[in-house]
Amino acid sequence: MTLLDFLNHLLGRQKPSGILARERLQLVLAHDRSAINPELLDQMRRDILEVVQRYVEIDLEGCDVSLETDHRMTALLANLPIKGSRPQPPASGSSAAAGDDADARRGPDGSAALSSGPEAMAAAPL
Amino acid sequence: MTSALSRTILICSGKGGVGKTTLTANLGVALARLGHRVTVLDADFGLRNLDLLLGLENRVIYNAQDLLADTCRLEQALVKHKQVPNLSLLPAGNSRMLEWITPEDMQRISTLLAERSDYVLIDAPAGVEKGFRNAAAAATEAIVVTNPEVSAVRDADRVIGLLGSLEITPTQLVLNRVRPRMMANQEMLTVDEVTDLLALPLLGLVVEDEQVIVSTNRGEPLTLRDNPCPAARAYHNVARRLSGEDVPLIDPTREPHGLGAKLLNKIRTSTGLS
Repeated sequence: MTLLDFLNHLLGRQKPSGILARERLQLVLAHDRSAINPELLDQMRRDILEVVQRYVEIDLEGCDVSLETDHRMTALLANLPIKGSRPQPPASGSSAAAGDDADARRGPDGSAALSSGPEAMAAAPL
Repeated sequence: MTSALSRTILICSGKGGVGKTTLTANLGVALARLGHRVTVLDADFGLRNLDLLLGLENRVIYNAQDLLADTCRLEQALVKHKQVPNLSLLPAGNSRMLEWITPEDMQRISTLLAERSDYVLIDAPAGVEKGFRNAAAAATEAIVVTNPEVSAVRDADRVIGLLGSLEITPTQLVLNRVRPRMMANQEMLTVDEVTDLLALPLLGLVVEDEQVIVSTNRGEPLTLRDNPCPAARAYHNVARRLSGEDVPLIDPTREPHGLGAKLLNKIRTSTGLS
């Protein structure tokens, strides 16, 4: 650790590298395990936002769709802040472009949770 | 003891250079010294080194290739360790073997070895390709070796996924080259972080120890003697846990590592007192 590193560390400007290593690994392992490449995740992110936007108005700036992993279980986490609801829900039958993510799934199918409130958080095991 | 009670354990890591072969050599010696009959199989046909770490390189005459080709008997192919007669090595064949050896060949070899051993330890090659799959074909359980370092952990994760799909169980973890001081300063992945990320039970922790290099230079695994250095103790503990003994894991960041402790250890190492 150089003096500059140490000072930054003291001032809370820089995370210890061990913490950084863990965070980077959590992300990369989630990707490795789910076999979802970054392009596919981008495509999925766009599709999810498109579908959700048909029902509610969301804050696009604050949206975060990412993979997380815990104990060899990978989950897709979507944090989509809701600004308000659309005056009219869309007619049933219209469908979004479906991503070809079916073959990339791993692990058991599980629950998906959706909580109400200012922020909706959905977790789906992959 | 019959072959049904024999355990065939794959020692693998994905990444090279994390300490697979060193663990295989030290664990082989330590298990043999506990009274078990042990055979270590070098399945790294491209880059064999297990003979070198065990100090047996000048006594290799036949190898796995000769055994498969029936040009020698099993007893001729095995190199018995002089100081630890319970321990034998089946050396790897040459790298051309990689072209034709099959998982069935590896199973045939390990069945032969299991008939005369309580433990068969298979030193896997680095990587997740054919060589690894061949080595894994013969195993019923596995030890994954990794270091608290991003690339080693990522590669270990790939291997753990493959072991899962091959239904090799149990799979346990040995965390090698631990630097307690860096862990305490949060400048290295901690033991808990690695075990959480990989979600494997921890079989052992080996701290970074210069004595490992000294012992490989000599071709004398640290476990050959009751060496008081930290790595030697760690390898002995792995062997004892593997054979069912309840040996508690010690948090390396709480071990004394100051100047005084270092000096004491130096004295212990040089005098051979524990």
